[in-house]
Amino acid sequence: MLDFSAVIAQLPRMAAGAQTTIWISAAALLCGAALGLLMCAARLSRNPFLRVLAAAFVSLFRGLPLLVVLLILFYVPSSFGIETTPLTAALLGLTLNTAGYQTEIYRAGFLTIPPGHTEAARMLGFSRLQIARHILLPQIFRVTIPALTNEAVDVVKSSGLLSIIAVTELLRISQQIVSSTYRPLETYLVCGAFYFLMSTAVSWLGRSLARHLTPRPA
Amino acid sequence: MIDLVAIVEYAPAIGRGLLVTIEICTVSLFLGLLLGLAVALLGRLPWPPLRWLIRTYVEIWRGTPLLLQLFILYYGGPSIGFLPSAYQAGVLGMTLYTGAYLAEIFRAGFEAVPPGQIEAARMLGFTKLKIVRHIELPQMLALIVPPATNQMISIIKESAVLSVITVPEVTFTTTRIVSETFAVVEPYLLLGLAYWCVTTAVACGSRRIERKLVRA
Repeated sequence: MLDFSAVIAQLPRMAAGAQTTIWISAAALLCGAALGLLMCAARLSRNPFLRVLAAAFVSLFRGLPLLVVLLILFYVPSSFGIETTPLTAALLGLTLNTAGYQTEIYRAGFLTIPPGHTEAARMLGFSRLQIARHILLPQIFRVTIPALTNEAVDVVKSSGLLSIIAVTELLRISQQIVSSTYRPLETYLVCGAFYFLMSTAVSWLGRSLARHLTPRPA
Repeated sequence: MIDLVAIVEYAPAIGRGLLVTIEICTVSLFLGLLLGLAVALLGRLPWPPLRWLIRTYVEIWRGTPLLLQLFILYYGGPSIGFLPSAYQAGVLGMTLYTGAYLAEIFRAGFEAVPPGQIEAARMLGFTKLKIVRHIELPQMLALIVPPATNQMISIIKESAVLSVITVPEVTFTTTRIVSETFAVVEPYLLLGLAYWCVTTAVACGSRRIERKLVRA
């Protein structure tokens, strides 16, 4: 009933698609981390304008489906005469989406740091940048690894949506394979195995990183 | 640049699509809650093969994209004689997907109930079923409100992918308006607004419930 031979012949193409999925997800996660940290700083700042801006950003990108963000980024600019390529829209959409979530993750991480740390560092003459760089960021990073790992798995999974705006990642390639082999069930099952491997690998990496960075009782 | 007349013109159709979205999400969330609870309870039985099976379900469904799961049901189903309509495939896919997440949430909720309470209940002669019913479930349900509402919000947003398998929900309605009228900006703005309002309303509602539960 199930015949995987046609799909197995296409495995190299699917592996190439998975590679695209991986690099797009990694790029979006990194850009999202930079933007998320900036937005987190804005959210915690004393400037009310920055605070409202960051809150609006988070509410918007956590409140909208990624698919809708992608459709808007892909179709709306062209109606104003700005041409966007699928890849630009994809990277931008995925980045904005994960940045919204990462902002909240970093904020939650920041709130776990006792204020005494910042006060002590200020007493010792650390500049604000030094406090952020040497006191806050390392601790925020350590406590947020589990949440960031979940977010990374989510990004890998959501990157499947990029197929809809014609980015040739894993799911798009699988669709192309289906239309040439007429084996939807087999192809999508293999595609699922690829996604499952990738998300399991990301969770495993996150767990071992967390174990590695958690101080053991001496 | 933005045509207000067009917005008024498209709003009713988008509103109808939004109702379909809400309906599908409600049905699959309800079924997913039942499934998740059943899976979490079964996972506590001391029978390793069942536990292993449940782990596999949860890990696979949480580790692959919903869109792909819908493709497997809707396009792959017919290869083995399973021919769901788009709507059926959508509800089934979302139920299985959200059930896996909720099973994890329920499991964590059960684990958060202090073991001392269960030991005390056993000492007092409670049966296993009574312990679950009177000690574990009530506390677990209070603990899981925040993660469960998060899951609710994320399933509302994820339901947008049902448009790809032609379920006539709000994203599908909007993309059809776009392709029929060539108006792009107004329908998509309305669509974004619709989702934002629904998810924000759910988030606010859940915060109020949480505050009430904390006070109680």
